[in-house]
Amino acid sequence: MSLQDKDRIFTNVYGFQPWNLKAAQARGDWDNTKALMERGQDAIIEEIKASGLRGRGGAGFPTGMKWSFMPKESKDGRPSFLVINADESEPGSCKDREIIRHDPHKLIEGALVAGYAMRARAAYIYIRGEYIREAETLFAAVQEAYDAGLIGKNACGSGYDFDVFVHRGAGAYICGEETAMIESLEGKKGQPRLKPPFPAGAGLYGCPTTVNNVESIAVAPTILRRGASWFSSFGRDNNKGTKLFQISGHVNRPCVVEEEMSIPFSELIEKHCGGIRGGRDNLLAVIPGGSSVPLVPAAEIWDAPMDFDGLKAVGSGLGTAAVIVMDKSTDIVRAIARLSYFYKHESCGQCTPCREGTGWMWRVMERLRTGDADVGEIDMLFNVTKQVEGHTICALGDAAAWPIQGLIKHFRPEIERRIAENVREAAE
Amino acid sequence: MADRFIEPDSPELRARWGGFAWTAENAEQAKVIVARYPAGRQRSAVMPLLDLAQRQVGAELNTQGWLPIPVMEYVAKYLDMPVIRVVEVATFYTMYNIAPIGRFHVQVCGTTPCMLRGSDDIMAACKGKGLKKGHTTADGLFTLTEVECMGNCASAPMVQINDDNYEDLTAADMERILDELAAGKQPKTGTQLPGRHTVEPAGALSNLTAMVDANYDYRGEW
Repeated sequence: MSLQDKDRIFTNVYGFQPWNLKAAQARGDWDNTKALMERGQDAIIEEIKASGLRGRGGAGFPTGMKWSFMPKESKDGRPSFLVINADESEPGSCKDREIIRHDPHKLIEGALVAGYAMRARAAYIYIRGEYIREAETLFAAVQEAYDAGLIGKNACGSGYDFDVFVHRGAGAYICGEETAMIESLEGKKGQPRLKPPFPAGAGLYGCPTTVNNVESIAVAPTILRRGASWFSSFGRDNNKGTKLFQISGHVNRPCVVEEEMSIPFSELIEKHCGGIRGGRDNLLAVIPGGSSVPLVPAAEIWDAPMDFDGLKAVGSGLGTAAVIVMDKSTDIVRAIARLSYFYKHESCGQCTPCREGTGWMWRVMERLRTGDADVGEIDMLFNVTKQVEGHTICALGDAAAWPIQGLIKHFRPEIERRIAENVREAAE
Repeated sequence: MADRFIEPDSPELRARWGGFAWTAENAEQAKVIVARYPAGRQRSAVMPLLDLAQRQVGAELNTQGWLPIPVMEYVAKYLDMPVIRVVEVATFYTMYNIAPIGRFHVQVCGTTPCMLRGSDDIMAACKGKGLKKGHTTADGLFTLTEVECMGNCASAPMVQINDDNYEDLTAADMERILDELAAGKQPKTGTQLPGRHTVEPAGALSNLTAMVDANYDYRGEW
């Protein structure tokens, strides 16, 4: 059984209807938000904890628990902030864009409810710079909410003052990392900070800060309205709820779709995407969670449940649920080499293993692509990825290493074939 | 990010841009932007102000706009921060153009999801029209750049030209879009696939069908 329309949270995800306040209210947004807030801060956090919601930005940290790390009162007068991560830049990911341009009021209402629960004074929504039209929609939606008294002074008549600001990025993938995002918001280069201190202790402007993904925040009001038990009725244990999946690449109908967590890969593809291009037998491999996670070969992914644990079990991860499908026409080494180029391009340059390693790994990958290499270099590359992984301030180094490790693990014969062919051609 | 080079400071550059100041409209906008951040934290506004400045330069030159050093100095002075901190930001983030650019900045996404859907053909179509990666055409109309994932993966391949996205491209679409822009027309933005609205499964909507014709309220079924 798969998800029914009535249980979809983002009913306007395709933008068939207007995004504006009036239309959003007709769909159920901003419906007596004051009553949600009157349940009290701790009750809201408990409800989110009970729902089993895990962060939708990739790491999957329990959202309610994250909120509970925020100070309950300010002992030194510092305010708290909520920062909403709309810097969606992970190759394959395109869900936050649909929320922002077609259902922005879900996000703004979520910002108020979440901000209230964690006792924040304001929310900053950090939207990636390339989302230009999307940011225009978001600015307009925030203004609508201010004009209607839903946010700002005495938000929704609750007596709580809460501001929502939009901050546009300017084209740096690394700003999706939470501390880099905070640096960027402060008007600096987006270079990640060492942790600790964690943002919940000292984040934006040195104040307690929580950084959450757009989807994690935007689902919160619906969870509160329909109850934790409704949300947790979807998906397997530890992987609860509904989720926006983004399917790109070699399927007949690429799309963004909200589905139940733990839906098998095959069902997701057959039901919504019209199957693999050229049929099931034509599937080569899948990157199931955005470019940072290792690829999974066709045989292993077909029946895998699409959730955090199910994809971990096949050596990969759910990430942002950005499913990149590759059929047998794919030059798999080039596909991964192109990702290596992406990480080389996006490394912020702060830590040496990543700054130097991403470029080095890309150059070797390019040679493996053409076969202009020695077989021993495959192992050398693998070793270098292991030396980059875990030796940098943020996870970009890991993210650059994992796709290559996945490739070597599953497609070593293909790489060796190219090298052998190259040697043979040279001899002729 | 390393392969970007800032336009060198020169007497000509100073003569042209040394007198840069906000237009009346942008002066108002700059105040609105700075007010988004707490008092004393005006430095946070450096990113939106650089964007505003780039757009003002673009409006003056009838291009996408770029950031000459004297303009960065103006922003630094406006926010009371060291010039080098502004230059750092302008050079770190790729959307700030730090050298002159053409009327239309054609940014073809070449990352894996777009590559799988045929971004090579899109690039080739641009080359066929005389565009060259990293260069501006002689008439100053088009600058071609290959960019990293733009977040339109379910409607790939795509190109962003100045402020608009064109998605679900074929090589023929790309050629038509470039022709229309060159002729001073505004091509249809968004998906180019006939019959597709945004990112739904094209031609066979698998869910939320009630939303197509009406702003359906599902709460009655909860």
